[in-house]
Amino acid sequence: MKNVMSNKTAIVLYVLPSLLLVLFLIYIPIVLTGYYGLMDWSGVGQMKFIGLENYKKLIHDKLFWESTWHSVLLAIFSVLSLVGYLIVSLVLASKIKGANLFRKIYIIPMLMSSVAIAQLWIKIFDPMNGLINSLLSMFGIKDTPLWLADPDMALYAIFVPIVWQYAGFYIIIIYAALINVPQELIEAARIDGANAFQIAYKIKVPLISGVLKVLTILAVVGSLKYFDLIYVMTGGGPGHATEVIASYMYKEAFGKFNFGYGSAIGFGLLIISMGTTWMIQKMLRTNKE
Amino acid sequence: MKKKALTLLVLFTLMIGFALSGCSSSSESASGDKSGDGKIHLKFMHDWPKGSSTAYYNLVEEIIKDYEAKNPNVVIDVEVLNPDQYRDKLKVLAASNELPDVGLTWSNGFAEPYATGGQFAPLDDIIEKEFKDQFVPGTAESYSFNGKFYALPMEMNITYIFYNKEIFKKYGLQEPKNFEDLKNIGKTLAKNGIIPATVGSKDGWPASMWFMYLADRIGGPTILTDVIHGKVKMSDPAIVKAAKEIQNLVDMGFFVKGNTAFSNDDAKGYFLNEKAAMFLTATWELPNFTTSPDVPKEFKEKVGYFKFPLYEGGKGTDVNSYVGGPGLGAFVAENSKHKEQAKDFAAFLVKEWGKRSVEGAGILPATKVNTEGLDVPEMYLDVLNDINNATNITTWFDTQASPNVSELHHDLMTALFGKQVTPEEFAKQHDEALAEEAKK
Repeated sequence: MKNVMSNKTAIVLYVLPSLLLVLFLIYIPIVLTGYYGLMDWSGVGQMKFIGLENYKKLIHDKLFWESTWHSVLLAIFSVLSLVGYLIVSLVLASKIKGANLFRKIYIIPMLMSSVAIAQLWIKIFDPMNGLINSLLSMFGIKDTPLWLADPDMALYAIFVPIVWQYAGFYIIIIYAALINVPQELIEAARIDGANAFQIAYKIKVPLISGVLKVLTILAVVGSLKYFDLIYVMTGGGPGHATEVIASYMYKEAFGKFNFGYGSAIGFGLLIISMGTTWMIQKMLRTNKE
Repeated sequence: MKKKALTLLVLFTLMIGFALSGCSSSSESASGDKSGDGKIHLKFMHDWPKGSSTAYYNLVEEIIKDYEAKNPNVVIDVEVLNPDQYRDKLKVLAASNELPDVGLTWSNGFAEPYATGGQFAPLDDIIEKEFKDQFVPGTAESYSFNGKFYALPMEMNITYIFYNKEIFKKYGLQEPKNFEDLKNIGKTLAKNGIIPATVGSKDGWPASMWFMYLADRIGGPTILTDVIHGKVKMSDPAIVKAAKEIQNLVDMGFFVKGNTAFSNDDAKGYFLNEKAAMFLTATWELPNFTTSPDVPKEFKEKVGYFKFPLYEGGKGTDVNSYVGGPGLGAFVAENSKHKEQAKDFAAFLVKEWGKRSVEGAGILPATKVNTEGLDVPEMYLDVLNDINNATNITTWFDTQASPNVSELHHDLMTALFGKQVTPEEFAKQHDEALAEEAKK
């Protein structure tokens, strides 16, 4: 092993495949996306160079900003739900009965494929025979909401399964972090007379703040580029009520065959994601100091 | 240690080499006729895999066997792909001038770049010689560009309002004679808590069928085709009126609640489960209403259909004018090495397909079918007779339109059914997109 580590050729050889893979599959496509954004291109046939036309159009495109707003809303919801996950994890980590079982229950949605989740929730939201509306009409409510078919409600309705889908993932990570908080600190605090709430707020949370920071960034970036459930459940509709950046990009590129403009949207999404990540990092850093 | 690194390097290059040679060997077989057995090898590509389109697959296999038996010097090399892969592969093969000798193509917008780009061979001679008056009117035209025909149509669908006879009987309803009747049926059913009609307007295209028919009945059978060709504007009063009628239907509760969140399959469920009385859809659903073993027999016996009723005072005065369209057609590659033989095979395929597809697979061909002595459910016979008597078949608006306009059309249809746009706004947005397209 030592021999290998001191041999530069071997190191290069080991690093090279993954480096090439990342380069060819991630970084070069990113550059190409930016480049295609400069073109008028239908995906097949001749590309036409049109300079910054697509990007100019993007800035004035109401639909793009509307879908960006929807993505941002999703990001806000995801971050807010982190607070809920934190509470759940704190409870699970405090050695209550059945914590093990609950942990498994929370992780199960993670194991389902997005399309299965989408089908499940389409049935739940069904305005005629759906679970929710059947329940509501059981209680005598006549004018049951249309959920996904109502343009004013669809966006918030679809946030529910999206947030639900990733709950297990976040809970497990926070839980793992909490388990690693040294028991001595907690015991010391208890001897000093701290109650459970104080222990959680003053000791546990600060100690796992690194993990929480990473999760915040994951939640925000994941929300901004979110696509699956929206695509399967509403396709961005009704109208464009649930359109997010990624679904709008998909529609432009693969639905309308505007690969040039679709690429410009993709590049815009990249810039927005990088910008927000940088902003969050900066914000969280100043908070700590 | 250096030696080991070298071995790894060699291994790595070998792996890449294998991967690349894998690609090249498959493209070699794509060009065909290199086996040196003195026979003519024709490459044929279709997108009906054995697993998911068994009936189609078997029928094609049968026809190929017969062709090879008739022409012992010809061997047909078949390549089968899934529809999505098929689309992509066709693109790639066309880019490298290696299209199969014979293959399948979709109509209108899909075929256009291949036809005008000189990839497909014009088939006017074959059509003139072998298919004179054989195709259902309007089908071959869907593959025609610049006055030449580029494919032999194989599939054909038209749309009807299918309805549940039992529900109609229960409430004393008759098949409607005109649009006013249809509305009254809707009123009666809605009053009794039955969903009058189901539609999957999330997908856009099922909703568009209602719109296309109303435009046909109010503005005349050519109006939507004229819109595509820029002769008429979408803001024509007749079309705006059609859009208004849709919203009138929505207001009176004619369509299933929440349909803007339903896909076509979701909507179909309401009809199959007898929760909705009517379903406007195309004849590709016929197996579900007749032969499919997955649908209970009791339900199949309850299904009837009627033609979209006429609109009082409308310009479309013929109930035999349909909305519909062709599906796949057979093309011959322009740079095929055995073009004549390929044309001969394509003609044989389409002809035999026309003879056997109804009985063999429950598919309606684009060639006229002689219904005499045909052993199929009665509904098929009725539909085939209707097709033979059709005066006009307007190809789906979204198939005729460019991808850009088509996508917008789907969005706007959903919005129209969800009352997110007014009929005027609906027309205006179409016109803007069409005008932009015309500039290109």
